Amino acid sequence: MADLTLRVNGSDKTVSVSPETPLLWVLRDTLELTGTKFGCGAGLCGACTVHVDGNPIRSCSTPVSQVAGKNITTIEGLGGTGLSVLGQALQQAWIAEEVPQCGYCQTGQIMSAAALLAKTPNPTDDQITQAMNGNLCRCGTYERIRKAIHRAAGNGGAR
Amino acid sequence: MSPLSRREFVAAGVAAGAGLVIGFYLPRGSASHEEAFSPNAYLRITPDNKVTIVVARSEMGQGVRTALPMILAEELEADWNQIEIEQAGASTLFGDQSTGGSASVHSTWDPMRKAGATAREMLISAAALTWGIPRSSCTAESGHIKHAATKQSLSYGELAGKAATLPIPTDVTLKQSKDYKVVGQRLPRLDTPSKVKGEAIFGIDFRMPGMKFALLSRCPVIGGKVASFDDKESKTIGGVSYVGKVGDSAVAVVADSVWGAMEGRRVLNVTWDEGPNKDFNSATAGYAPMNLEKAAALLKKTAVLYSTGETAKVSPGRRISGVYQLPFMAHAPMEPGNCTADYRGAACELWAPTQVPQDCRDAVATAVGLDPDQVKVNVTLMGGGFGRRLEHDYAVEAALVSKAIIAPVKVIWTREDDMRFSTYRPASFHTLSAVVDGSGFPVQLGHHIVAPSISGQKGQPTPGGVDPDLPDEAGPVYGIPNYAITYTMTETPVPLGWMRSVYALQAAFALESFIDELAVSAGKDPLQYRLKLLAKDQDLQYFTTTWKTARMRGVLQLAAEKAAWDKPLPAGHYRGVACFGCFSSYMAEVVEITMEKDGPRVHRVVAVVDCGQVVNPSILEQQIQGGIVYGLANALRAKITIEKGRVVQGNFDDYAPLRMDETPTVEVYAIPSTEAPTGIGEPSVPPIAPALCNAIYAATKKRIRALPILSS
Repeated sequence: MADLTLRVNGSDKTVSVSPETPLLWVLRDTLELTGTKFGCGAGLCGACTVHVDGNPIRSCSTPVSQVAGKNITTIEGLGGTGLSVLGQALQQAWIAEEVPQCGYCQTGQIMSAAALLAKTPNPTDDQITQAMNGNLCRCGTYERIRKAIHRAAGNGGAR
Repeated sequence: MSPLSRREFVAAGVAAGAGLVIGFYLPRGSASHEEAFSPNAYLRITPDNKVTIVVARSEMGQGVRTALPMILAEELEADWNQIEIEQAGASTLFGDQSTGGSASVHSTWDPMRKAGATAREMLISAAALTWGIPRSSCTAESGHIKHAATKQSLSYGELAGKAATLPIPTDVTLKQSKDYKVVGQRLPRLDTPSKVKGEAIFGIDFRMPGMKFALLSRCPVIGGKVASFDDKESKTIGGVSYVGKVGDSAVAVVADSVWGAMEGRRVLNVTWDEGPNKDFNSATAGYAPMNLEKAAALLKKTAVLYSTGETAKVSPGRRISGVYQLPFMAHAPMEPGNCTADYRGAACELWAPTQVPQDCRDAVATAVGLDPDQVKVNVTLMGGGFGRRLEHDYAVEAALVSKAIIAPVKVIWTREDDMRFSTYRPASFHTLSAVVDGSGFPVQLGHHIVAPSISGQKGQPTPGGVDPDLPDEAGPVYGIPNYAITYTMTETPVPLGWMRSVYALQAAFALESFIDELAVSAGKDPLQYRLKLLAKDQDLQYFTTTWKTARMRGVLQLAAEKAAWDKPLPAGHYRGVACFGCFSSYMAEVVEITMEKDGPRVHRVVAVVDCGQVVNPSILEQQIQGGIVYGLANALRAKITIEKGRVVQGNFDDYAPLRMDETPTVEVYAIPSTEAPTGIGEPSVPPIAPALCNAIYAATKKRIRALPILSS
């Protein structure tokens, strides 16, 4: 066990966990931020995607000790941090395009989309595919995800 | 006019805290056997002007929490914004509460409408009495009863108390589809905002004070048991508080956190008694190509599912046959299995992402030694179901662990647990044979299905040697003379489960690939060939469903038109088509592909459904697009193999769902219809594999007779 200070969604949190604990479980079990999901535990599905210093990472395969002191953003903080305009635009686009079915993977999808749009404000279809290909959805919402990203990017959902 | 039977309504009465409550019964599926009446849904209108529908249908992504209220709101003339839906938990007071078989809208269409209409009529009566005017001068509109002449208006909330004291009307008039204001609209799903903000609470997210987390180490060999275990190392892991056997075949590790339980399990030493299946290999057991002797032995146990009655007569003509095979497959929903249980001696409460709250209740009661009434099941949101949550294993495990530690506990399955200790779509083997006339059209067609029975393996009835799912899923498509569908039930040690579209996936792959072979053999266009087989209007009676060739022809024609079947494709692009009916809906799909060096690339799918009246076109499109993406993964890669009694696949690398780069554009069209709505959750899955394989044949002249495509 070790005391680590994490900067999550703009505030500092001190947690007492073993340093190799994946960030995912610290977020979900210790900090009770359950919007970040467990899907595969192996970095294969993207359901656990959060941002560390603005970059999308798989929290299920990232030891918490690696991210101490860095800026961590989860879905709960996406609408209220430095990315607030983008985060809200994405969430509104996801609602407008009626993307979610079961919804389990969608928070991870939105976090990956936010990272894409932060760097590439008007992505092409290929850029969207490249950025989103690590995020699985068993309900098969990919087509609407693509439309929602275009919509959030200001393209009104056009392809 | 539609009289209400006693079976449909038990009571109208005063709600707790005043208001109107109507209890009604939602049958499970299309097969409506009379059951002892007890309500399993309630409509509640309270003085604060809320209309609440308490319904026991689980939301797993298919949109029932929006579609079902829409049906009721239509007849009630409620304001859509005042409607709320409440999830009912399992109760012995409730009738059947299962969610499956694409049946939620199909089976609730009539009772939901009648409940809404009944409440509407009672509210009109209450207003007429209040104002001292005839009922006929009152109208229901947007959550109010209005009297046009005096411009008086009372809200449903204001009238609910009085309405509750009035007699229940014995018959009510339902609206005509031309007057619908809610049904048929693209209303936004009620559950979307919470899902995009990370606020939706799935089963895995549920928390309660003092709750522990547990992982189980299960015997890797199917049917094996725990011989002994050593927990010394597990107990050195921080936060691990308990290690103990659960049933015969698993050991639980309980900790303060999921990670603690994972680490505790990682270092746990268990010695297994591998049992009778330690040498079982799926590659050689049962579903490898059969020798004739074995096939003949199986045929002795054949049940006839469908026969036009003249099959014994061998028609003259050219004989063509083909054999098709499908492997075991896993559901793999995004949210791995989990359940929270709180056993407190004389009671046990569960928070379960489940499609079968009552099965969970009953199985848990047996497992922990309580009466069903002492077990309370709360149904949570679920991250996908696809049939996996029609089982109750996760609930029993959680209850047993909670009983062992006398504390609330959440059992979590890892992805590997989910893949290796699931129940699986049955592997199957199909023999198709036809006799064709001089023009190459069948004058005789036989489809023999060899597969283990899911229900049979679970000890449920299989009357006449017929798995009870086959009547919804393996029906005839074409009006072919001398047409027989037969089934031989086999056995397997592999645990079986109902996976999205169940046997329809196998039946459609075999039949629609074979029809394509016949078309090729006849030198005819595969779409025109099918239309010719459907040219005559015929009713094909299959168990309780009447399949209409006219409706199948309709979906096929519209698919051909939308896909511009008669127009040439760009160089290197090829098309395939398939059609099939299941869960009383008709589906046709046209697939457009190119062949790349690593396999087919699907660019576009045109999907046409005839599912009767469409309740919500946006949800319909979601379900069809999703079913096709799910079905494409099944067709291309989904295969569970078992070696030495162990499931080989473990995660999304060796059992890989479709990703965005492989996902085609899916255009969805519905045939305009005022027929009662039928299933949409599953019917888009079965035609996609044969349509894709038929496109691959068009491109390569190679016929795929075994799934998955990428390993054959």
